[in-house]
Amino acid sequence: MMKSAADTCLDLFDAHAMRAGLFARASQEKNKINGDFSHLSLEDRTRFDALVALRLPHSAALGDQLRWSAMAAELGSPASEIDPDRPIIEEYLPRESIQEPNEKLHLRDLLDISPALTEAAGAIVDDSFTRCFKSNPPEPWNWNIYLFPLWCLGVVIRYGILFPVRVAILTIGWIVFWSAFLPVHFLMTGHDKLKHKIERKLVEMMCSVFVASWTGVVKYHGPRPSMRPQQVFVANHTSMIDFIILEQMTAFAVIMQKHPGWVVCLTSFDCDLGFIQKTILESVGCIWFNRTEAKDREIVARKIREHVHGVDNNPLLIFPEGTCVNNHYTVMFKKGAFELGCAVCPVAIKYNKIFVDAFWNSRKQSFTMHLVQLMTSWAVVCDVWYLEPQFLKPGESPIEFAERVRDIISVRAGLKKVPWDGYLKYSRPSPKHTERKQQIFAESVLRRLEEK
Amino acid sequence: MGNTSSMLTQYDIEEVQEHCNHAFSQQEIVSLYQRFCQLDRNGGGFISADEFMSVPEFAVNPLSQRLLRMLDGLNFKEFVAFLSAFSSRTSLQQKIEFIFKVYDSDCNGKVTFDDVLGVLRDLTGSFMSEQQREKSLTHVLKEAGYTKDSMLDLNDFVKNSYYGSVPISYGHKYFCWTREFGCPFVGFM
Repeated sequence: MMKSAADTCLDLFDAHAMRAGLFARASQEKNKINGDFSHLSLEDRTRFDALVALRLPHSAALGDQLRWSAMAAELGSPASEIDPDRPIIEEYLPRESIQEPNEKLHLRDLLDISPALTEAAGAIVDDSFTRCFKSNPPEPWNWNIYLFPLWCLGVVIRYGILFPVRVAILTIGWIVFWSAFLPVHFLMTGHDKLKHKIERKLVEMMCSVFVASWTGVVKYHGPRPSMRPQQVFVANHTSMIDFIILEQMTAFAVIMQKHPGWVVCLTSFDCDLGFIQKTILESVGCIWFNRTEAKDREIVARKIREHVHGVDNNPLLIFPEGTCVNNHYTVMFKKGAFELGCAVCPVAIKYNKIFVDAFWNSRKQSFTMHLVQLMTSWAVVCDVWYLEPQFLKPGESPIEFAERVRDIISVRAGLKKVPWDGYLKYSRPSPKHTERKQQIFAESVLRRLEEK
Repeated sequence: MGNTSSMLTQYDIEEVQEHCNHAFSQQEIVSLYQRFCQLDRNGGGFISADEFMSVPEFAVNPLSQRLLRMLDGLNFKEFVAFLSAFSSRTSLQQKIEFIFKVYDSDCNGKVTFDDVLGVLRDLTGSFMSEQQREKSLTHVLKEAGYTKDSMLDLNDFVKNSYYGSVPISYGHKYFCWTREFGCPFVGFM
């Protein structure tokens, strides 16, 4: 848990290398990889990793098989250990179709419902969906007599010194911001262009103050977003602070979704601060909508389109997951952002959990508490990658396009993909999935019945 | 950030182990307890049908409604007892008993033609017609020496499993690994 992102990435890399190298009877490959990657940067390693996977396409399947037996040896390992390379369960859940397809059907085949039962029990014990939204408590490291005083000292510094200083910074930031923003907003009515520019800068400044208030150590990779029409930015979503971190560099306009009882994006923030937040965010061109109202959806779709085509608007940022995920996984991307017919610029955000878990578990924590947690930690460390713009390929549906962009982001940020829709937190999965399983089973029964 | 497992004492764990015939190790019970707390969202000490259905991978299972009858409102002890059928330490006989219980909807120790048909209906949905289902079921029952009116009991189930007849080596042993849970779930038969 206390590993840095680089280490985690290394582990991942090693695991991949092991699978690709060792299991594919190509240990010399592995030696070569292990031998000379020390000088590579984080990015290079991941890219290299992708290369290995490309080069040995057959090894993955074999590796997976062997991984099963490898995991048998892991039985004794403590359950709390988080291994980023553990498989996502659905890859391992037995399917009805596993049954030997060309055997004659016997009574025992019909009576044997064990695959479905095992699958159900597997889901009860652990499932990839719940894992997406699990916050990972920090691993205690104050367990021995040498570390404990250090830890205590840390607590005193964090709560006694850092926190008040940060609150002070934030307060000063707000005062400066308002004393500049209000006159500009209400008095500069004539010069719209200049007014927008100043407001934009002020919002960027305020976001920098926020980032400073958690000692945000943010590394931006790739070219900064430019202001031009016909492009939309999509990013993976971990917490409200994603927005602040991105906004610090470029004033984005965001889409915010309102939902009765719960709030996905900025809205709870908005509820806390009410009017204030609204004025600011409207000044950068944010769009609100209510998911439950179909009419609202249409209006927003139109607004988004207008915004994207406007020449002088701030670039539009969308979090297509629609909900905060714990930065280990990505859930399904909503297709809205991918139907606009313009360039989609992926942004990958990866938090380093060394000091604090940046995941905002909105069910357990209010946003204020989340901020306090961030402000009492040593630092928030994260990497942001601005990736190459993607376009809809001929013959590609928006859903496939969304998946492709999700792939790009997941690979870059080292996230695992799960097939679930993030909104399943609040609703049931569609019966389509069940029907698919029924179809597989029914077809197998019918086929085997014909084998006389 | 309290550790949920600390709420289980050694006595509790042993009691639960006793209750599930030592199908799980102590470490596994602690993991299961953490999962139980995770599923028990409102902290009532039991998991309602609704909470089970909030796990999408469970909700999409064709047998989920049938299993919910056994699962609804389980407390931790019962939860572990339910899952013990899936443990590798549980005998095949017990696993078959569990399957039998899934079939035996009225719990009278007999499985009728309609019971089996009901499960088959869950499993195939709209992809087989009622006639097709009845025909195939009648066919396999006849082949195994039963008629449509036969009442199957547990012994019939044992006889008609791969356990009872010649063991077949191919893919009827499923291992499914879980992250939380460091142990293999050996599927049935």
